[in-house]
Amino acid sequence: MILQTSQKLGPLTDIPPGEGRSYAVDGQMIAVFHLRDGSLRAVDAVCPHQGGPLADGQIDNKVVVCPLHLFAWDLATGCSQSGQPPINVYPVRVDGDQIVLGE
Amino acid sequence: MTQRLVVIGNGMAGARTVEEILARNGDFTVTMFGDEPYGNYNRIMLSNLLAGVETEDGIFLNDLGWYQENGITLNAGVKIEKIDKVAKIVHGSDGSRTPYDKLIIATGSYSWTPPMKNVHNPKRGYHQGVFAFRTLDDTRSMIRYARDHERAVVIGGGLLGLEAARGLQNHLSHVTLLHAMGHLMERQLDPKAGQMLQASVEGKLGIEVITNAMTSEILGKDRVTGVKLADGRVIDCDVVVIAAGIRPNTQVAADSDLPVERGIVVDDQMRVEGERDIYSVGECAQHRGSLYGLVAPLWDQAKVLADHITGHTDVAYTGSKLHTKLKVAGIDVASMGLIAPEHDTDEVIVYNEPKKGVYKQLIIRDDVLVGAVLVGDNSKAASLIQAFDRGMALPEERAELLFDIGGPAGEVSPAEMPDDAQVCNCNGVSKGAICGVVNQGCKTVSGVMDATRAGKGCGTCKPLVQRIVEWAAGGEVEEDPAASWYVPGVPMPKQELMAAVRKYELKSVSSVFAKLGGEEDAKSKMGLASLLKMMWGADYVDERDARFINDRVHANIQRDGTFSVVPQMKGGVTTPAQLRKIAEVAEKYDVPMVKLTGGQRIDLLGVPKEQLPAMWADLDMPSGYAYAKSFRTVKTCVGSDFCRFGVGDSTALGIALEERYQGLEGPGKMKLAVTGCPRNCAEAYVKDLGVVAIDGGKWEIYVGGAAGAHIRKGDLLTTVGSAEEVIRLTGRFLQYYRENANWLERTYAFVPRIGIDTIREIVVDDSEGIAEALDAAVEEAVQAYKDPWKERAEPVTPGQFRTSLPLTVLPQVPVRS
Repeated sequence: MILQTSQKLGPLTDIPPGEGRSYAVDGQMIAVFHLRDGSLRAVDAVCPHQGGPLADGQIDNKVVVCPLHLFAWDLATGCSQSGQPPINVYPVRVDGDQIVLGE
Repeated sequence: MTQRLVVIGNGMAGARTVEEILARNGDFTVTMFGDEPYGNYNRIMLSNLLAGVETEDGIFLNDLGWYQENGITLNAGVKIEKIDKVAKIVHGSDGSRTPYDKLIIATGSYSWTPPMKNVHNPKRGYHQGVFAFRTLDDTRSMIRYARDHERAVVIGGGLLGLEAARGLQNHLSHVTLLHAMGHLMERQLDPKAGQMLQASVEGKLGIEVITNAMTSEILGKDRVTGVKLADGRVIDCDVVVIAAGIRPNTQVAADSDLPVERGIVVDDQMRVEGERDIYSVGECAQHRGSLYGLVAPLWDQAKVLADHITGHTDVAYTGSKLHTKLKVAGIDVASMGLIAPEHDTDEVIVYNEPKKGVYKQLIIRDDVLVGAVLVGDNSKAASLIQAFDRGMALPEERAELLFDIGGPAGEVSPAEMPDDAQVCNCNGVSKGAICGVVNQGCKTVSGVMDATRAGKGCGTCKPLVQRIVEWAAGGEVEEDPAASWYVPGVPMPKQELMAAVRKYELKSVSSVFAKLGGEEDAKSKMGLASLLKMMWGADYVDERDARFINDRVHANIQRDGTFSVVPQMKGGVTTPAQLRKIAEVAEKYDVPMVKLTGGQRIDLLGVPKEQLPAMWADLDMPSGYAYAKSFRTVKTCVGSDFCRFGVGDSTALGIALEERYQGLEGPGKMKLAVTGCPRNCAEAYVKDLGVVAIDGGKWEIYVGGAAGAHIRKGDLLTTVGSAEEVIRLTGRFLQYYRENANWLERTYAFVPRIGIDTIREIVVDDSEGIAEALDAAVEEAVQAYKDPWKERAEPVTPGQFRTSLPLTVLPQVPVRS
């Protein structure tokens, strides 16, 4: 998916530190994670292995671990650490108190 | 400043030591001297060369190019005759004088010739047709000579002699093996094992073996015609190979006033005793009275020497425990430690199946493996060597050491498996996939498991994964430093971690990372959360991101990302009213599947996350624990209420246990059962803790049972006279398990690891005086219990129950009608 424009997803307080939430954007689901170092990451919400909900996965400052079979992906690059296909990563940032997806 | 390092000896020990020094960026100009005019080759492989399964090129470890690339001056074919330790110069047979700052003596061994008549020709050294089996040149001339001859005699029934005999069969038609002792490989095998090996060597390989055969004379004048034994017997032959043992090469050291006993005497840094700048390593070195002729100790010595010579002063070699695992002439043999008991109290366990050529003997002292001999079946050798090397606790059932009991399929050798053979049946990982990861450079078992997910399902294939990694890595498996850590992200074993947590009062998972781990690690969070909650109880700072999704929403995630709702149903007992309500809720929410669980509860499957709070509210029942690493449920039978055989009220006791310990978290799931008589309808023998009513108002308590991926009958902890005692001891055992088990270590692994006797002493007899503390700790945990479904009214985090599913749900779990 190519993001046409940047868009606001909601307040940062919607995502507790260290967790992820998923958002519907242009008919697709994107998982946004609020890292404990304060920064945000956005990736596809669906695990390419068997469709697991990545926003339910546990994270650290580098990876997300799918809750279904514990495969791990790098949140910055989308590369799998466990031999699976990569996932898309999207630019995401905070603007004031809002989460903004896109450049 | 660059120092001059001189190494006498270019064999496996000398070259390996230099490799280790180079790897540590030691600042040396290196000069090596070797008797043999070659680069450095693997002497162990000479048997394979003789047997024709290896070529000469294949046995070289470092060819001449390696010396050049590393700036090493190799003087091949030059023998060092004297060391001038005052002037620090070595004198070579070619008249050369080479100064050194540091010297390493790695002269190895020579082939020993037992005293016998006519073995040497005064002009030519060995009689024509008589060979030692030690060097590449020996092997080459042996092959050349054997081709044109018919009958060979090998003198020496140790490992080398057996290999020589097997190899010679390749080149001539008849081989006889003579051994001076009563049985083959008497250093490694007990008499019975030696006889089994002999039967296999004779029966399967067709090599004639004569024991108690002292060779006294080589017969024949110009060429060999036979050998004569001390008892007068004559064995006809035209080739004789001597493989009767080795002796350390210490001449140069002795001639140079260095301390020599059986070998060159070295200290724990591999320094020659009394010398500052001279080291010795390998077969020629005598350390704490021992000489080593195997490769593994030599590698250890080389590392210590390299560390020390490059400036690490605090290293020490403290000796090696010897073990061998090999195919002797095609027959599996393994040996470690003692081959005979030494004390009256030593346990000796023997299994013998002569028809198959299988023999196994174990010697156990104070519950530690101190010796083992295996012939004909090496499938358990790896685990025995591990137990022997590390002094690990042994299973109560000693037979498990010798055989796989009730486990999955028998052990297959990785070499025999086809590449596409599926190893991990949970995650569908093939042998080829595992080998691929190893070949890309990942040489730790845990690294391979992370990369492929092999062994990460039910875990039963882990030993096989380990064997394949070992095989694929060709013995280069790296020890995973993290193997003993409680979680991968914090480098500490459990007790050390708990001490640090207590010392720094770390009450949240993020504070543990900050203080002890450095970086956050997703895969460590759950284990830490469980530990901290156990340690701090109500004072634990609960960070929800440290929990697995199941624990964040108090329901089990299913394959399509939906969840399951399991109301509490203590002891499997329900009421019509409860059933009616469950049915109504199931209909109202259009639950795709209603199913009874293995733990005697009702499971409402396929519930979207966002509906969970509303369903809990409509049910208005407490949560049944079907998620989390926690106390799950207590399975019961009807017991004395209705059953005509029941001798105890299992239902009432099951309910009481579940009421008391509901939700108790631990390192793994805790599944319990109470059964009303030994007919065991509630399957209590295979639970983490199982209680069995026996006649006379008594209860037996079993712990460490399992009927999941592993199957194990629990061990009898004790028999008690009242339900109250069952409840008290259950809590005490569970608390002991919570405090001492590794993360995800179920009781079926924990109980055998600690040993049921030890557990009984601590939990029942209070040998350590901690019973009261255990009781108090579990009581505190029980008091801190809150029903997680109460979170339905006020979510703890924003969006706690918001969906994470894609808009189009796939794949859907099939709905049955």
